[in-house]
Amino acid sequence: MSEIVSVKNLCKRYDELTVLDNISFSVQKGEVVVIVGPSGCGKSTLLRCLNGLEEIQDGRIFLDGEKIETNRNKTNGLCERMGMVFQSYDLFPHKTILQNLTLAPIIVKKRKRKEVEEEALALLERVGLSSKKDSYPRQLSGGQKQRVAIVRALIMHPEVLLLDEITAALDPEMVREVLDVVLNLAREGRTMLIVTHEMQFARAVADRMLFLEGGKIVEEGEPEEFFEHPKTERLRQFLQTFTYIKE
Amino acid sequence: MGFEVLFKGNNFIRLLGGLGLSLKISLLSVIISIVLGILVGLLMTAKNSYVKLLLRTYLEIVRIMPQMVLLFLVYFGVARAMGVHLSAEVSAVIVFSFWGTAEMADLVRGALTGIPAIQYESSRALGLTMVQTYRYVILPQIVRRMIPLSINLITRMIKTTSLVMMIGIVEVLKVGQQIIEANRKASPNAAFGVFATVLLLYFLACWPISCLARYLEKKWEN
Ligand SMILES: Nc1ncnc2c1ncn2[C@@H]1O[C@H](COP(=O)(O)OP(=O)(O)O)[C@@H](O)[C@H]1O
Ligand SMILES: [Mg+2]
Repeated sequence: MSEIVSVKNLCKRYDELTVLDNISFSVQKGEVVVIVGPSGCGKSTLLRCLNGLEEIQDGRIFLDGEKIETNRNKTNGLCERMGMVFQSYDLFPHKTILQNLTLAPIIVKKRKRKEVEEEALALLERVGLSSKKDSYPRQLSGGQKQRVAIVRALIMHPEVLLLDEITAALDPEMVREVLDVVLNLAREGRTMLIVTHEMQFARAVADRMLFLEGGKIVEEGEPEEFFEHPKTERLRQFLQTFTYIKE
Repeated sequence: MGFEVLFKGNNFIRLLGGLGLSLKISLLSVIISIVLGILVGLLMTAKNSYVKLLLRTYLEIVRIMPQMVLLFLVYFGVARAMGVHLSAEVSAVIVFSFWGTAEMADLVRGALTGIPAIQYESSRALGLTMVQTYRYVILPQIVRRMIPLSINLITRMIKTTSLVMMIGIVEVLKVGQQIIEANRKASPNAAFGVFATVLLLYFLACWPISCLARYLEKKWEN
C-alpha cells in the first residue's frame, strides 16, 4: 500500500482558539480511516482543512505526494481530487438530481454531457435512486439526499472521500440506507476519511480509528483494539458515553 | 349607470392613454429600480458597517415617508430650492425609482443572505471557481427568489402611480375625473361608470402580472 494523504504538523486557529494543534497522520491508498471525538473537538475543521475550505496556520498537507495549497485564493486543483459530503443537506435546490450530479463534471472537468449523464445514471442506479433523476432535492427524503450527495462527490472521481457526519441530521430509520452505501464503497477499496458518531458502523467500516480530542490525536489503532482495549483513560470515557448501563 | 359617457367622443381612448402613461412611469421606474436595487442590495451585504448604516437609514426613510410627500418634495421642493426645473413625469420617475430601489435592494439583500454558506462550500468542494459558483449556483437561486417578489413590486408601483395626478400628470384616474366633470350635467351618474372602468383597467393591467408572479413562485419553490 502506498500513502495517499499525508498531514504534517497541521495547526488551525480561529483567532485565539486553537482548534487543531500540531496534527500529523497519514492515510494509505484504499484505507478507511474513521475519526471520532467529542463534539467541538475539531473533526469537521480537520476535514475542511484537507479539502481546502479553511486556511491553515501551520503545517502541510500532501495528496499523493503533492502539497495542497490551502490559501483560499489560489487552489491548485488538488482539492477537487478529494470529494466531500457534509452533514447538512447541500444539494443545489434549483437543479434536478441529474443536474446536481452533472454540473461539476461538465463545467469543472469539461467532460461531455452525454457521457457524464450516462455515468450519473449508472451511479444513481447503484444507490437505488435512478427513478429520482428528474426530481428536485426538496422531493427527496434526507436519506435519499445524502445518497445523492455521495454520488455527486463520486462522479468527480476523487482519490479520497471525506464524509463529515453524513447521517447526523437524518431520522434514525434513514441512517441505515446511507451507511450501507458507504460500506459498499469501503468494500470496493475506496480511500475514505469518515467522521461519525455511529460507533457500530465505525467498527464495521474502519481499517483504522483516530480519536481526536482537544485538537490532538489522543489515540489511534485498529478498530478491535480501539473499542475493546482503549489505551487512554480519555478514550475509555468517551466510548462509555455511547453505552447505556442501567445503574 | 354612467357607462354611456365612455362612448362619447374619444373618452375611452383618453382613459387608455392615461393608463398608458401610468404604465410608462411604472415601467421606467421598475427598470431603474432593478438595476440600482441590485447594486445597492449587494452593497447592503458589505462588511463595512458605515455603508450598512447609511443604507438602512435610506430604507427606513423610504418606508416611513408617504410617497405623496416625496413627490411634492421633489416636484415643488427641489425646483424651488435648487432652481432646477423638473417636469412632473421626471419627478415621478425619480420618486418611484427612489422608492423602488430601496425595496429591490432589500429583496436582493434578503435573497443573498438567505443562501446558506454550505451552498458556497459544496460548490468549492466540487472544484467550482468563485465565478462559476455565482454563475451556476448562487445567482440562479437569487433570481428565482427575486423575480416573483419584484413582479409584485411592479404591480404595487402601477397602483401607486395614481398619486402622480397630484403633481399634475394626467394619468388614468385624472382622465376619469375630467370626464366626470365634463359630463356633470348630462350624466350625473358618470362617476360610477367611469371609476368602475378605471378599476377594471387597473385590474387588467395588474392581474396578468400577478398571475405570472404566482406561476413562477410555484414553479421555483424549493
Ligand atoms: N468559523 C469559525 N470561527 C470560530 N470558531 C470556529 C469556527 N468553526 C469552528 N469553530 C470552533 O472550532 C471548534 C471545532 O469545531 P468543529 O471542527 O466543527 O468540531 P466538531 O466537528 O468536532 O464538532 C469548535 O470549538 C468551534 O466552536
Ligand atoms: Mg462537526
